[in-house]
Amino acid sequence: MTATATSTGTLRALLHGLPGVDKVGVEARAAALGTRSVKTTAKAKAIDLAIRMVDLTTLEGADTPGKVRALSAKAIRPDPADPTCPSAAAVCVYPSMVPTAAAVLAGSGVHLASVATAFPSGQAPLAVKLADTRDAVAAGADEIDMVISRGAFLAGDYAKVFDEIVAVKEACGDAHLKVILETGELGTYDNVRRASWLAMLAGGDFIKTSTGKVPVAATLPVTLIMLEAVRDFRAEHGRQVGVKPAGGIRTTKDAIKYLVLINETVGDDWLSPDWFRFGASSLLNDLLMQRTKLTTGHYAGPDYFTLD
Amino acid sequence: MFEYAPAPESRSIVSIASTYGLFIDGDFSDGKGTFKTINPASEEVLAEVAMAAPEDVDRAVAAARRAFGPWSALPGAERAKYLFRIARIIQERSRELAVLESLDNGKPIKESRDVDLPLVAAHFFYYAGWADKLRYAGFGTDPKPLGVAGQVIPWNFPLLMLAWKIAPALAAGNTVVLKPAETTPLSALFFADVCRQADLPPGVVNIITGAGDTGRYLVEHPDVDKVAFTGSTEVGRQIARSVAGTGKRLTLELGGKAANIVFDDAPIDQAVEGIVNGIFFNQGHVCCAGSRLLVQESIADELLDSLKRRMATLRVGDPLDKNTDIGAINSAAQLAKITELSEIGSSEGAERWSPPCELPDRGFWFAPTIFTGVTQAHRIAREEIFGPVLSVLTFRTPDEAIEKANNTPYGLSAGIWTEKGSRILAVADRLRAGVVWANTFNKFDPTSPFGGYKESGYGREGGRHGLEAYLA
Amino acid sequence: MPKSAPAKAPRLSVRKTYKLYVGGAFPRSESGRTYLVDGDNVALASRKDARDAVVAARKAQPKWAAATAYNRGQVVYRIAEMVEARHGEFVALGVPAAEVDAAIDRLVWYAGWSDKIAQVTGNANPVAGPFFNISSPEPTGVVGVVAPASLLGLVSVVAPAIVTGNTVVVLAAGPQVAITLAEVLATSDVPGGVVNILTGNAAETAPWLASHDDVNALDLTGVRDTELAADLERAASGTLKRVIRPRRKVDFTADPGLGPMTALLETKTVWHPKGY
Repeated sequence: MTATATSTGTLRALLHGLPGVDKVGVEARAAALGTRSVKTTAKAKAIDLAIRMVDLTTLEGADTPGKVRALSAKAIRPDPADPTCPSAAAVCVYPSMVPTAAAVLAGSGVHLASVATAFPSGQAPLAVKLADTRDAVAAGADEIDMVISRGAFLAGDYAKVFDEIVAVKEACGDAHLKVILETGELGTYDNVRRASWLAMLAGGDFIKTSTGKVPVAATLPVTLIMLEAVRDFRAEHGRQVGVKPAGGIRTTKDAIKYLVLINETVGDDWLSPDWFRFGASSLLNDLLMQRTKLTTGHYAGPDYFTLD
Repeated sequence: MFEYAPAPESRSIVSIASTYGLFIDGDFSDGKGTFKTINPASEEVLAEVAMAAPEDVDRAVAAARRAFGPWSALPGAERAKYLFRIARIIQERSRELAVLESLDNGKPIKESRDVDLPLVAAHFFYYAGWADKLRYAGFGTDPKPLGVAGQVIPWNFPLLMLAWKIAPALAAGNTVVLKPAETTPLSALFFADVCRQADLPPGVVNIITGAGDTGRYLVEHPDVDKVAFTGSTEVGRQIARSVAGTGKRLTLELGGKAANIVFDDAPIDQAVEGIVNGIFFNQGHVCCAGSRLLVQESIADELLDSLKRRMATLRVGDPLDKNTDIGAINSAAQLAKITELSEIGSSEGAERWSPPCELPDRGFWFAPTIFTGVTQAHRIAREEIFGPVLSVLTFRTPDEAIEKANNTPYGLSAGIWTEKGSRILAVADRLRAGVVWANTFNKFDPTSPFGGYKESGYGREGGRHGLEAYLA
Repeated sequence: MPKSAPAKAPRLSVRKTYKLYVGGAFPRSESGRTYLVDGDNVALASRKDARDAVVAARKAQPKWAAATAYNRGQVVYRIAEMVEARHGEFVALGVPAAEVDAAIDRLVWYAGWSDKIAQVTGNANPVAGPFFNISSPEPTGVVGVVAPASLLGLVSVVAPAIVTGNTVVVLAAGPQVAITLAEVLATSDVPGGVVNILTGNAAETAPWLASHDDVNALDLTGVRDTELAADLERAASGTLKRVIRPRRKVDFTADPGLGPMTALLETKTVWHPKGY
């Protein structure tokens, strides 16, 4: 897009011209989809798909190489007792931990996602954010999860948010870019829709809900709006963008609700790890327990699954 | 790729007897002959129920009359506690009653479980709380009941329509004789059992099953003080004629052909949900269904694309499958009507579309259908189809939308979709409809009055207003 | 010759400890004080307990007010169910059976008001202009209550406050009845903090509630001393709290009318233009 096309004024007209979102309506639709009953064979397939969609995540100040090695091994082989269990989609860590993870994941097919751009707040100069990105890619990350400047977005400076995403996308090189909207800070569903479109117009490959570091993370209604956004964006611009809800998704039941959302909003095209990911950590063990229950017929217990 | 496996709700929670009698004076007794009630999803016979003859109706009215003295003399607080008991029992037996309703009516278990039954319990809770507060209701400092109410209800929301009739009547101190629809008698008969469980005094509630003649005899009965009817406008007219010159009070809740108006600034995704909910909820067997979509011409194509895409995810099938969205048509007769009117729609030049749908071989089924290119001159824009069929018309300005919306002898409900608050209020002001939904549709609550203008009937059910019909 | 069996010792009962009811839990007074009532040690609440109770009440209030009226009505109805279940226990404490019946029926009466008060006290207003205008009642917030000693009196001040979405800090007069009612509340799906009951000397703690900046209203129904009532009302005027004054003779069995509820409700009027 040209400079005038991306000015705050033009972006504002475009984003504020999108159809509004009725809060009560969207929450009711998400809740109704949450009542779908997914059992037996459908459930087994859904669990395997969900496992394959997990970006197994650790983003703590206390992360050490030991912790990251254990997490990476778990992403490759979530259930050592069952070789038929698929691998997770990716591991998601801080840039400083990328080399450690890269060493374990080499050749496994599991992707290596790094957060970048002064995650989680995004409150740093652009030069710092770009350096953060380049370093992570150089160290071996093939996916970058960036944060948008929520301050700039809420202050209405859409051009700044847009330009930053464009710059980070460039710094990514071949790595694919997920844009974290931090929906829990955006305040309204209308803003979630607008931020989604802004991120896609600026070239993001994935839009992601949350950093997991603020009280409100991924929810079904927010994800529903983002799925509608990627659907409408593809219809208008011909480019497919992925969706990643992150944070607060802890149970198999939750994960399956998200899969139902995809199924009935955008359909098969997004039902793959290439276009949908779960940003999660404890979810994986619950998926494994449910997976085991379906094969053994009785309820599982945490002692039988590895802690990473 | 993501197929949902069958997720059947178990039938074993409900135990249906092979025959049922008439519930008169606290007990079941035989009528004159029986008739069968079937499951419209499979055509299997569920039970045989008694056919009430005129002498049975006499008996029921007499029982209600006997019970009226003591019942109306009870302190309101005592009547309230009976109704609270009934509400609680319904809550406790909710799943059982929901499964029963889906079997007898054909509606999806998802709806009977999540919509019908919760509203039924809530309705009894709400009116229970009025029984000892009538002096505050705005109908005088010492309002009195009318006496015996004869109530005839339809087959589309059997137990809910029963609740709408019985709860306010009893709260106000009346006693009732209620006739459920002939294709859906079972939940009313189970309600009789709920009354017994609550130790409701005999004769306060009487349930008489039968067909059209039973209903006619009941509403024309000389010892009935109040008639309440929900059903077709045609029958409503006959009843209004029959009470003329008598002292009987009458309320009617009849048909509709509601306009669902979508403006160019509507929240599109939620509007599509509202359209779908408006006409496909309960298989379109809803008097207040949004059966006419009035879409602003500038967004019509885009909206219809979204609507069709959304309709393709609707699941038609076994009502007891928890993932079913659209269940069976209630009867062969209703299916024939829907089919006939749809054929008329096509023959009059409207363009018909349904998503691909695999319909079961046994039972009565109709795929969700839309007709585009419909105008006010089409029969399918004027006549109530009472099925999952939507007629789509366009408009250019708010004035034109309102004109078209009001251009009907009906006046039950309407929908308005726009993000502009002042427009909602201005349009709502000018719509001649008893219920206006803005940015939502088919929302019901026991506190919210429901009823129509014009030939959709008169009187209101629900809310404080709903007491008026049952007080002198 | 078989030895005769020794005389059986009488079974020793397990006595109840009477503690405060704050935030859904039963803590002792932070002061550690108790006082004797019929041989039982009852917690003697301090001003700090009152302070903590206000914190609990405030914390619970937004969520309680945001619950549907239907839900609040069902919770109050359940309180009635639980009092009915413990009918014998209240009678054993000395409450006449007829009074227990009346208290249960009073709770049922108020349960039925939650989803009707708005219909009776709210309305659309036909203003002279193209405006939609509606007045609706809203709960005032946290209410400090000096309660009468009887069960019926206690129920008659607590129920009208909470059924519309307020939360209460109650200074109880008849401690054993009050704490038994607290046990009822704890098993009635009443969220913690909606009702907080403090036993002790109301004259000591009431002034702290009356002057508290985070209490919205004061119900002085249970205050028998007219001078104390006047002092409390004066203290309340500091933050312009809504005050329910004590009345000389109250028949709690009579129809209370809407007063006890409306005294603790604010009216909000909203305007909106009408036009395409």
